[in-house]
Amino acid sequence: MKIVYTDNNATTMVAPEVVEAMLPYFREYYGNPSSMHTFGGQVARKIDIARQQVADLIGASPEEIVFTSCGTESDNAAITGILRANPHKRHIVTSRVEHPAVYNLCKYLAQNGYHVTELGVDSAGMLNLNELADAVREDTAIVSIMYANNETGVIFPIEEIGSIVKQKGSVLHTDAVQAVGKIPLNLSKSTIDLLTLSGHKLHAPKGVGALFIRKGITSSPFIIGGHQEKNRRGGTENVPSIIGLGRACELAKKYIAEEQSRVKQMRDKLESEILKKTPDPRVNGHKTLRLPNTTNMSFEFVEGEAILLLLNEKGICASSGSACTSGSLEPSHVLRAMGVPFTAVHGSVRLSLSRYNTMEEVDYIIEHLPPIIRRLREISPYGRETKLKEQPAQTSART
Amino acid sequence: MWDYSEKVKEHFLHPRNVGEIENPDAVGEVGSLACGDALKLMLKLDKSNRIIDVKFKTFGCGSAIASASALTEMIKGKLLDEAAQITDNDIANYLDGLPEQKMHCSVMGREALEAAIANYRGQKIIKPVDEGTIVCKCFGVTDNKIAHEVREHKLTTIEQVTNYCKAGGGCRSCHPQIQAIIDEVWQKEKEKAMIGRAKKPIKKLTNIQKMKLIQETVEKNIRPTLQSDGGDIELIDVDGDRVMVSFRGSCVECPGSKITLKSTIEAKLREFVTDTLIVEEVNS
Repeated sequence: MKIVYTDNNATTMVAPEVVEAMLPYFREYYGNPSSMHTFGGQVARKIDIARQQVADLIGASPEEIVFTSCGTESDNAAITGILRANPHKRHIVTSRVEHPAVYNLCKYLAQNGYHVTELGVDSAGMLNLNELADAVREDTAIVSIMYANNETGVIFPIEEIGSIVKQKGSVLHTDAVQAVGKIPLNLSKSTIDLLTLSGHKLHAPKGVGALFIRKGITSSPFIIGGHQEKNRRGGTENVPSIIGLGRACELAKKYIAEEQSRVKQMRDKLESEILKKTPDPRVNGHKTLRLPNTTNMSFEFVEGEAILLLLNEKGICASSGSACTSGSLEPSHVLRAMGVPFTAVHGSVRLSLSRYNTMEEVDYIIEHLPPIIRRLREISPYGRETKLKEQPAQTSART
Repeated sequence: MWDYSEKVKEHFLHPRNVGEIENPDAVGEVGSLACGDALKLMLKLDKSNRIIDVKFKTFGCGSAIASASALTEMIKGKLLDEAAQITDNDIANYLDGLPEQKMHCSVMGREALEAAIANYRGQKIIKPVDEGTIVCKCFGVTDNKIAHEVREHKLTTIEQVTNYCKAGGGCRSCHPQIQAIIDEVWQKEKEKAMIGRAKKPIKKLTNIQKMKLIQETVEKNIRPTLQSDGGDIELIDVDGDRVMVSFRGSCVECPGSKITLKSTIEAKLREFVTDTLIVEEVNS
């Protein structure tokens, strides 16, 4: 069966050019970049090139880039690195819609002597910047706010957030795992101090990421060991993956205009056609301040896992914020924070595209998704006629 | 990705008996939109209370739909009393098992059936499991319901409780209370077992049972200890309450073996068989 992969916010296909770039570093250039001999030393120079490629994509300097093993490591390194470097500051500001890499880390820190302020979002998934300004205090060590949300694609006004954080004399970290490669970034003119990116979200392999640490920001080393990464992260470099990440960033730079044009057109068509063909839909998240590749739609009275399983039967890969797909019984914390009614959270579907998708694939989804929703609604005891009766009861029960 | 059996997939993709019955004799509804799953079960009965038709509608995940479909197949053609015997485990087994985290789907099936039967009999569902104090506010689960699932399915962790009845799957603030319920249930069961064990000697063993039990105790609970010290023992004979043994290996020369005879061998046999036994050493 043909696979239509529209789950690119979960992970992406490794670009064929990236695989090609990596292969020699398994077969021929397996030397240790720290070695004195030319055989190893030449690899170190290739890592420098990769570092430059990553820096170029986000408008940073190469010495501001530290290679890590994944986005989660970068997030942990950024936050705990700043906390360790500023032991007298015990306060952290974050949002309620962060990825678990930040969300759960902050919960853990809150249980271990730190004060954490979680900022809420409105129904479009946006922060209230006045609330942010009030939250940042003298003892705020770090503010960690994501660049773009993985579930809804909502983009935060990160530069405005950064100005507020600067005025208050604190440090801004942003998890930009979903943004890098999808929207242009220029950190040379930015208020961001630390930024997380991940390889496998931009057509590099899994198991490699990077952390941008602005020159002048003091952060503690996060893996103690050898002198690698300027003593900031010990451990022999994951050479093939770093080479792959460099190449992927180079490609992302080349194709970033396509994300804004062709990918966005595909997403817009997908969303509008499905909304047209399905009764009672809703789009979760801000309509315009959103990644060009992501749509998060809810279909009330049906359950997300059932939708995904039926899409799977058609070879379509997607995700859901439904409780039943999360491994726990708790539905998406992002959609809940936005105040999306339970009925709609359970029936949410996220489709996230990439430059490897085609308009034919989009048409294929437009053809198959609406009948799936119809079919599940036929099975559901909550028909459309019960909507008005059921909904107020539910909301009142919850508040 | 959940690891569903072929049968679950098959029932999910082709659910049986979906729909509604006009003028049903019994209707059972459980769950809600907020909980993320709900099931409405409708039955048509003949004069002998045999289920001649059954239909369902469900809002839920793949395994919720499959569980409901399986339930309808299981009860169709059965007498109401027979259908009432079906448990959540029966539903899961019919589907060749459900993932642990999805057991609550089969529980929902059984509860809808219970509700339908009670509805038919004109009873208000008097289930002790619905009474009591709400522990999990997110999913509205009471302490009695949690204790019931813990006993019924021999659950020992909070995670398992969540899998079976959703309690604790939301904000997690009730986790300490759930743990306390688990502990209390198993403390009570342990006490019951202790009482049960204390009563054991009163139950009279037949000679054959007694001899078998003595043999087993010697093999499992006594010889390994002695053997670890280079000694051994052989069971020679049993006559009423007299158990005759003979020492082997280093025990033969050991001055302490007289003490071992009483403190270890006799004590063990009294513990595991009956407390009237007397152990004697014989030469053989």
